[in-house]
Amino acid sequence: MDNPLSPKDRVKIPRQKMPEQEPGKRAHNFQEVNLGLEIEAAKCEASRCLACANPKCVNGCPVGVKVKDFIALVLAGDYLGAAAKIREDDVLPAITGRVCPQEDQCEGACIMAKKFGPVGIGYLERFVADYERREGKIGLPPKAPPTGKKVAIVGSGPAGLSAAGDLVLRGHEATVFEALHEIGGVLIYGIPEFRLPKEIVRQEIDNMRRMGVKFQTNVVVGKTVIIDELLGEEGYNAVLVATGAGLPHFLGIPGENLCAVYSANEFLTRVNLMKAYRFPEYDEPIYDCRGKNVAVVGGGNTAMDAVRSALRLGAKNAYLIYRRSEVEMPARIEEVKHAKEEGIQFMMLTDPVEFLGDDKGWLRAARCIRMELGPADDSGRRRPVPITGSEFELPLDVVIIAVGTTSNPLIRSTTPDLKTREGGYIEAVPETLRTSKRGVFAAGDIVTGAATVILAMGAGRKAAKSIDDYLRTGVW
Amino acid sequence: MPFRIVEKRTLGPDVVFFRIEAPRVARKQKAGQFVILRIHENGERIPLTIAESDPNDGTISLIVQGVGKTTKLLCSLEPGDGISDVVGPLGRPSDVRQYGTVVVIGGGSGTAIAYPTAKALKEAGNHVIMIIGGRTKQLVILEKEARAVSDELYVTTDDGSYGEKGLVTDKLRQLIGTGHPVHLVLAIGPIPMMRAVAEMTRSYGIKTVVSLNPIMVDGTGMCGGCRVLINGRNQFACVDGPEFDAHQVDFDTLSKRNTTYRTAERTALEAFQQHPEKDLELVKHHCKLEEQHPELATPKPTR
Repeated sequence: MDNPLSPKDRVKIPRQKMPEQEPGKRAHNFQEVNLGLEIEAAKCEASRCLACANPKCVNGCPVGVKVKDFIALVLAGDYLGAAAKIREDDVLPAITGRVCPQEDQCEGACIMAKKFGPVGIGYLERFVADYERREGKIGLPPKAPPTGKKVAIVGSGPAGLSAAGDLVLRGHEATVFEALHEIGGVLIYGIPEFRLPKEIVRQEIDNMRRMGVKFQTNVVVGKTVIIDELLGEEGYNAVLVATGAGLPHFLGIPGENLCAVYSANEFLTRVNLMKAYRFPEYDEPIYDCRGKNVAVVGGGNTAMDAVRSALRLGAKNAYLIYRRSEVEMPARIEEVKHAKEEGIQFMMLTDPVEFLGDDKGWLRAARCIRMELGPADDSGRRRPVPITGSEFELPLDVVIIAVGTTSNPLIRSTTPDLKTREGGYIEAVPETLRTSKRGVFAAGDIVTGAATVILAMGAGRKAAKSIDDYLRTGVW
Repeated sequence: MPFRIVEKRTLGPDVVFFRIEAPRVARKQKAGQFVILRIHENGERIPLTIAESDPNDGTISLIVQGVGKTTKLLCSLEPGDGISDVVGPLGRPSDVRQYGTVVVIGGGSGTAIAYPTAKALKEAGNHVIMIIGGRTKQLVILEKEARAVSDELYVTTDDGSYGEKGLVTDKLRQLIGTGHPVHLVLAIGPIPMMRAVAEMTRSYGIKTVVSLNPIMVDGTGMCGGCRVLINGRNQFACVDGPEFDAHQVDFDTLSKRNTTYRTAERTALEAFQQHPEKDLELVKHHCKLEEQHPELATPKPTR
């Protein structure tokens, strides 16, 4: 359906606001913060799209979702059609609609962005994905005839899932191996319920099961089975390593081994995967944050997730300690906004230099130093420089370190002919994602270092296409 | 789906031997490695050392001492029951070589962890001396099994109710004092015991290995909860260990970190002891699920 409004009228419509749980209420529960657009609001938002002849949003999307086309379908009221349109390029729309950094991608590229505010592409994506889920009418895309080829995918995070979906559509058999007891990788253990309900992840994974993807939990590739065995006696024709970058960095400062000092990975895994916030109904414990002072060190999405989780666990004061200033923070804008509304206390240009404990080995405070911004560093961001004599003590009961992750050595140490580069990341040809080992591909954070869900999904798609080429031609 | 228990034997009060179907783990396991298991869908993940495995029938054996909620629940399960998740083998295997004479010390349930490595060391041609001990007679476990894999076996109890009265370290000092050459000591048990052994052998310059038991969640290096200070540097017990050079371990930090969940552990245990039926129901639940949905059964790898 053509938009009856003239472009002039379209730009006059304000960007729709995402309905949210009240900050005062949501700070005490783990239910989703964003409630999703209603039909009318979605249609109204869709009518803001200028339907550019050369839509920049599509180029801005790492998996190339046909944004303009799906928005036109929303405008026409064909929400299931819109969802199917997204699924052509993105197997997990309900997830990406929630966790993508749209401001850096599709919405950042939107022609409306500068003057009028970008079209709410993320909101609309989420709307149609939720609509089709509510209707229970998820259309499964058609599959190519079976090729008889088997692919093993190591890791069930966004890269692995997206590759698995594309591979079965191309007629191959895809089996995903997961080390933990639940499928989803970072979508399950990392991103909290209030940002990405696990029920949604489970439903998307059920859809993939129905598409024919096979899953095996409790298999640590590199320990339970090694890559040579997958390619050998287990009969896989190709292997995709999509293990992510899961090893937590610590700060390397004194006191980091005190009780109640966590990596964000541990803290979030306890909360999300193990449901420690429902202890003792669930067995896995977590430090009882009620009425306590909790600080998270870091400025990315993981740091936001951790500090907002701590608040929901009942923290009296939840601090975010970051050594640069707010503009340099890599977190999504929406997460920062939500965190502030909920009462997270931002301590910018601050860096802990030591954690102090009591005689029983429990954390009692952090000694921090104030920073100022110097000239830009390699990342293009201004380098934080300590201010001499500015040290102070911050009383704390819990500290969570969220300063990034690195590669896990389990695969490279058991696959000697797999070439890696500095930091243990796997070397893969950028165009084909082929590694140094015949039949083995790698995609996502294990190649690039820690990035985002959608970039990993984009890499998974690329790998699926490249694996398909290899399986059809047999040429390495 | 679940990993089925095929055999159960009681070895002592609250000490149970289980044989569990876990074909992939059984095929790969080496002495010193462990699994992480989760009994049911609300369960926590706990690490347990694999006592032995049979790659032919696809089973692994675990020796479990019921101490906290999860281990007590596990000890109450019977053959036919299923464990929701078993993953492994995790950690580095023991460094099994021909050293000459090795002394393997097991304190309390540590004997169960030391046993598979003692066996492997014996098979590698070492002269294996085992010292197993406990506070009192009932806490000395696996005597028969330990005897079968050692050339000499000594039993000590703190209260003298069985074997020689005294600590395992008393016996170790005595052995070293007789001038018997000792090329390696492997000590596994409570932290104070391992620390005492380490202090003693340090003065004699005897290479000593301990197996550490820090708090762990995933077991693959992802959470860093199991970090231990080794020679002043953090290492992850799940992927870099669990065995480390005893003379480099910061036992003080380890024992303090292990107190992190003391209160929660007590709460969980008390709740379980008052209402064990809740957890048993969850165990039955996944067994029923599998009956109704055979397609959910743990896929057996083909070979």
